[in-house]
Amino acid sequence: MNTIFYIAALVALVSTALAISGRNAIHALLFLIVSLLSISVIFFILGAPFIAALEVIVYAGAIMVLFIFVIMMLNVGLEKEMENKWLRPGMWILPSILAFILLIDFLSMLRSMNYREIRGQIILPKQVGISLFTTYLLGVEISAMLLLAGIVGAYHLGRQKKKVIHRFLEKIEETHAEAPDTNL
Amino acid sequence: MTYLLIIAGVLLIVLTIAAGLIWVERRLLALWQDRYGPNRVGPFGLLQVLADMIKIFFKEDWVPPFADKPVFVLAPGILIATILLTFAVTPFAPGFNVFDSNIAILFFLGNSSLGVYSVVLGGWASNNKYSLLGAMRASAQMLTYEVFMGLSLMGVVMMADSFNLREIVEAQRHVWFVFPQFIGFVIFLIAGIAETHRLPFDIPEAEGELVAGFHSEYSGMKFGMFFVGEYLGVTLISALITLLFFGGWLGPSFLPPIFWFFLKTGIFICFFILLRASLPRPRYDQLMGIGWKVLLPLALLNILVTGAILIYIK
Repeated sequence: MNTIFYIAALVALVSTALAISGRNAIHALLFLIVSLLSISVIFFILGAPFIAALEVIVYAGAIMVLFIFVIMMLNVGLEKEMENKWLRPGMWILPSILAFILLIDFLSMLRSMNYREIRGQIILPKQVGISLFTTYLLGVEISAMLLLAGIVGAYHLGRQKKKVIHRFLEKIEETHAEAPDTNL
Repeated sequence: MTYLLIIAGVLLIVLTIAAGLIWVERRLLALWQDRYGPNRVGPFGLLQVLADMIKIFFKEDWVPPFADKPVFVLAPGILIATILLTFAVTPFAPGFNVFDSNIAILFFLGNSSLGVYSVVLGGWASNNKYSLLGAMRASAQMLTYEVFMGLSLMGVVMMADSFNLREIVEAQRHVWFVFPQFIGFVIFLIAGIAETHRLPFDIPEAEGELVAGFHSEYSGMKFGMFFVGEYLGVTLISALITLLFFGGWLGPSFLPPIFWFFLKTGIFICFFILLRASLPRPRYDQLMGIGWKVLLPLALLNILVTGAILIYIK
C-alpha cells in the first residue's frame, strides 16, 4: 500500500507543478485533472472509497469540464506572451522560500510522530451518509441553502429579455416601443 | 490464474460484441428500412466487420498539421479506456466479474463523466470550427445528462440498499426494479442514449450541420476507436440497464445465468438500434430544455417518493 501511495503522491506533485508552470492553458488543465485523479487514488488507499469516487465525479468530471469548456470558448492565444512576462524566474523565489519553511515545519512535525504507515479504516458510503444526515445535518442544510442561492444568482445573471425570433416581428416591436417617445 | 482468465474473457467478450455490433446494426437497419444491408462477405455478410477492420488498420493515420498533436492522439484513447474500465465492475454472472466493488455505481458515474473529455478534447485539438462546435455541444449535453443519470439511479440504490451491482441484482429476486422504479428506468434510458451520443441524441456529430462533429479530422484507427467506442458505450448502457432494472442474470433456471444476462443485454442493444432507425434528431435547445425542465424535476420527485415509501414501509 505504501508504494502505491508514494507513486500516486509523486504523480500528484509532478502534475500539479506542470499545471502551474504550463504555458498552454488546456495542457495545464489536463495536468490538473491528472493531479485530481491521483489524489482520488490517495483517498482510496486511505480507506475512503466514497470520497475517492466523489473526487472523480465532481472535481475531475464536472468542474474541470466546465473550465475546459470556458477556455475552449475564449480561444486562448494572446495570453501566452502575457504569461511569459508574468512567469519570470524571479517570481519563483519568494513562494519557494515560504513553501520551504512550511516543508521544514511539516517534516519536524512528522519526526515527532511515531507511526510511519498508512492505517486507514475503510469507511463505506453508508457510514458517510449516516453521519452526514445525523451529526453534520446542519452543515448539509447550510450548504444546500448556499447552492440554492448560487443557482438563483446564476439564473438572475443569465436571464435575458425574451427575444422575438423573426426579424420582421422585431422591427414591428421596435416601432411600437419607439412610438411613445416621439410623442413626448 | 482464473482471475487473469476472467479479465481476458471480459475484454474479449466486450470487444467482440462491440465490433460485431457494427454488422448487427447495419443488418437490422437494413431490415427495418426494407433492404439487404451487407451480405457479400462471408455467410450473411458476417465477415464484413473483419474486412472493414483490415481496411481501417491499413489506412493512413493522418494527424492534421494544425492540430494540437498530443491531445489529438490522447482523445480517442480516453473514450475506450473509461468505458472498458467500467466493464471491470460490471458482473456478467455470479462470480464472473473482475472487481466486486462496493462503489460500482459511483465508479461507473465517475468514468462516464471522465468520458466527456475524449469528445471535448478531441474536438478542441482538431482546431476546426465544426469540431469545436461539436465538442461544445457534446460537453453541455453530456454534463447535463450526467446529472439525471446519477439521480435516476439513486432510487435503485435506495431500494437495494447498496452501490454494489451484485447486491443490486440479488435484491431483484422477487421483483425487477423496472416496476417500482419505472420513472428511474425511463430517465436512465434517455440519459444513457444522450451520454453515448447515439441517435436520436447525436447532436455533437450531427452530420447534416457539422460534417462529422467532434471527429471530423480523425482518420484511420483513431476514428476507428471513436467508432468502436460508441458501440462499447451502447453495450455498457444496455448491460447496466439489464443489471439495474431487469434483474441481471436472474431468470428461469433451465438456462445458465450468463445466457439470461446476454439475452437481456442483446434486447436493449437492438432497442438502441431501433431508436436510430425510427426517431428524428431533436433541436439542440429542445434537448437541453427537456433535460433541465422535465427530467431533472422528475428524477428528484422519484427520489423523494421512493424515499418516503421506503420509510413508510420500514
